[in-house]
Amino acid sequence: MSAGLEGVLAIMLMGLATYATRIGGFLLIRRFRPGPFLEAWFGHVPGAVFAALVAPAVWSAGPAGWGGALVGFAVMRWSGQFIVALGSSLLAFLALHHLPL
Amino acid sequence: MYHYMIGSRVSPTPFSTFGLRRGALGVLPILPAAVAFGLVYGVAAAEKGMSLLEVGLSCMLIFAGASQLVALELWQEPLPIATMVIAVLVINLRHLLMGATVAPWFEGVGRLRTWLSLYLMTDESWGVAVADRRQGHADAAFLMGAGAALWLAWLSAGLAGHGMGNLTGNIDPALFAWLITGFFVVLLAGFWRGGGDLVPWLVAAAVALMVKALLPGTWYILAGALAGSLLGAWLHVRRA
Repeated sequence: MSAGLEGVLAIMLMGLATYATRIGGFLLIRRFRPGPFLEAWFGHVPGAVFAALVAPAVWSAGPAGWGGALVGFAVMRWSGQFIVALGSSLLAFLALHHLPL
Repeated sequence: MYHYMIGSRVSPTPFSTFGLRRGALGVLPILPAAVAFGLVYGVAAAEKGMSLLEVGLSCMLIFAGASQLVALELWQEPLPIATMVIAVLVINLRHLLMGATVAPWFEGVGRLRTWLSLYLMTDESWGVAVADRRQGHADAAFLMGAGAALWLAWLSAGLAGHGMGNLTGNIDPALFAWLITGFFVVLLAGFWRGGGDLVPWLVAAAVALMVKALLPGTWYILAGALAGSLLGAWLHVRRA
């Protein structure tokens, strides 16, 4: 039960953190304008977070993961269709995973 | 900011139910993608052991796909709450900029409507609302309508996915292990803005791999993300 409460607490805190970023820019804009460095930094954050997040997971997934990642990335860039890209990545992963290497 | 001031009269910023409806219709084309994303999130969350209540609360309170996936990745006993909150805060820093850009739209709109509109602001709803503005429309309710439609779709899909997750017991476990990672890779590809992203992303990945080998826990995410994004910003400013 304590684990359940902890989960709810974690979710509420993450919700607060997210809302702080949504309302924060609105509240700050009249006092403070982000300079070019801060603006560029904000723009680079999402990509860097996900690159850092996936690198170890892809690396440790072995050849099937490397192939699956490559296919998913390429199909997303090429088609722009999220679900098509994810489906291709899963298929590539499964095919390579069950290949008798 | 005061471009709608004519003479000494400030015309009130419109915030109408018509604008709400137009906003909801504006995100219609991207609802299928949001539903698909939410379904996968719900399935993966059930697989990670999150309860239906936790999935519902996440969709309602966090309402941010990337953040919820990162939280899911970190979801283990004991919950690394501090890391989760810092990670979510860092991922969503871009909202600060988005919120700042919509500030002029809400001049003269009541606080409750404004704050609720911002609560529902996502990358997608903000994007369609900016496009709507550029076409010459000025109804501040558009952003809330778009956000509310996405919120409902996201919540329903997350809950439905959680239900499906309990029915998928006989699916290859290796595939589930890949589901979240593959999801992240596809999401990352969607963030690609051009060649300027290559070096920061490679540095973020390399630092993450190194830190993961050296330190326990999830420090590798913050270390890699900070290294890559700060380098990216530095390169960007130096080029400009």
